[in-house]
Amino acid sequence: MKYDVKPFELLSNEEVADGIFDMKLKNDELAPLAKCGQFAHVYVPGKTLRRPISVCDSKDGVLRLVYQVKGEGTKLMSQMKKGESVDVLAPLGNGFNIEQGKRYCLIGGGIGVPPMLYTAKQTENPLVITGFRNKNLIILQDDFKEAGAELVLTTDDGSAGVHGFVTDVLKEKIDEVDEVCACGPTPMLKAIAQVCKEHNKPCQISLEERMACGIGACLVCAVKVRKNGEEIMQHVCKNGPVFNAEEVVF
Amino acid sequence: MADLSVKIAGVEFNNPLIAASGTFGFGREYGEFYPLEKLGGISCKGITLTRRDGNPPPRIAETPSGILNAVGLQNPGVDVFINEDLPWLKQQNTVVIANIAGNTPEEYCEMAEKLSDTDVDMIEMNISCPNVKSGGVQFGTSCESVGAITGEVRKHCKKPLIVKLSPNVTDIASIAQSAEASGADAVSMINTLTGMRIDINTRRPIIRNNTGGMSGPAVFPVAVRMVWQVANAIKIPIIGMGGISKWEDAVEMLIAGASALQIGTVLFSDPYAPIKINEGLNKFLDDNGIKSVTELTGTIKPW
Repeated sequence: MKYDVKPFELLSNEEVADGIFDMKLKNDELAPLAKCGQFAHVYVPGKTLRRPISVCDSKDGVLRLVYQVKGEGTKLMSQMKKGESVDVLAPLGNGFNIEQGKRYCLIGGGIGVPPMLYTAKQTENPLVITGFRNKNLIILQDDFKEAGAELVLTTDDGSAGVHGFVTDVLKEKIDEVDEVCACGPTPMLKAIAQVCKEHNKPCQISLEERMACGIGACLVCAVKVRKNGEEIMQHVCKNGPVFNAEEVVF
Repeated sequence: MADLSVKIAGVEFNNPLIAASGTFGFGREYGEFYPLEKLGGISCKGITLTRRDGNPPPRIAETPSGILNAVGLQNPGVDVFINEDLPWLKQQNTVVIANIAGNTPEEYCEMAEKLSDTDVDMIEMNISCPNVKSGGVQFGTSCESVGAITGEVRKHCKKPLIVKLSPNVTDIASIAQSAEASGADAVSMINTLTGMRIDINTRRPIIRNNTGGMSGPAVFPVAVRMVWQVANAIKIPIIGMGGISKWEDAVEMLIAGASALQIGTVLFSDPYAPIKINEGLNKFLDDNGIKSVTELTGTIKPW
């Protein structure tokens, strides 16, 4: 059987930036299966829908999920306590396709930064560009440095790092890399896809959409893609969350 | 071990739990959790005569104890279903129900004819989808239109015919009577209740379709009430659905008058829900010395 739900032991769940939490969950069966760019579907008691959260890291049977409190479900998640059993359906979706021997530029915007950490750990000497609205939302900088990444920090308001957008940095450095992987807000992904196209670099982007089943059965998390010249609806949970940027119809 | 098998319109089900249309695709994904023969049957994702891409996203919003969805009948079309999905489904040792939706009565008839020449077990006529502009609910909200389309499709349908009813009507019992009088072998009910959520910051509806169909535990009492009202009005069997999420709900729906059950939204919380509900149902029957699940149907003692 390809999919399974298991109870994970909550090891820690701490606020690491304004409204952003770092959750570590232990399960020796499912956590080691996670690949970079995949996601975990977390059951929140009292809610009908699970919460899809990208895998930030997976090591020694511990799944790390860094998430932002956005609504009622993630609020409840943030109140879960150490020692609790958390019901998780994971890992799901198709992650980033990483080839050895290539140099990658990994770009995360806001709460799109976490999946890039696990991705950075699968690549050699990646260039990582992380962008945040302001200094209160900065996460995972030390983790990326430990992973051996060349790290660039940007903020929209200039309160830390480079004042500007991730695409400003990408344009300067794109000739130093072979391929780009990105996760973040849609306008950012669209801009990155455009830069990559202009410079003829392959680009993989991780998308987000309101989701239910998480496995491709209910068809709610639709995304329009172009395949063989034809526009069709695919689904973030099953066909993605990572898509070839050239195929996505923004 | 009680007998969980039920028979609807001559079709035998191993147990009364059927996956509800639209929540289960054509079964392949949930088949990666457990063998599909654990289910009594599968009501497949609604199919149309030709491929439909469905509505733009977002297609879902959460509600207190439930969800709203507006997928808009995304499906590959009846021919692809027959050629690519049905052969696989028929190997899964469970009852396969094709759910059909059309823009016109002629489309329903054409699909019923095509499916009658396959080994699909039953056809569920969806005249209650609230999420498409045409096709679906406009056929399902008056006794005259339900009677007319059921009668037409009946002429072309050689399989047992289930008519899926909309709760968005003033008198569901009289609509069920029209379906019965026009040749339906069973009714399934309830489809979703039309609802809406609005983002207070953007003042935009959360669902791109503006409105959506509401399902989940929040609608369960409405479904029980409607199943009870319809059970009092017709003789053909009722497949009850609407917010069933635990075995106690299954028992309650059967007592209200259902002969079999469909479950959907709970799968999104717990993919294993059908198996757990069957286990609980079986234990309830054993604990109460009831030999067959069929003995529960319609045993309500109303005040």
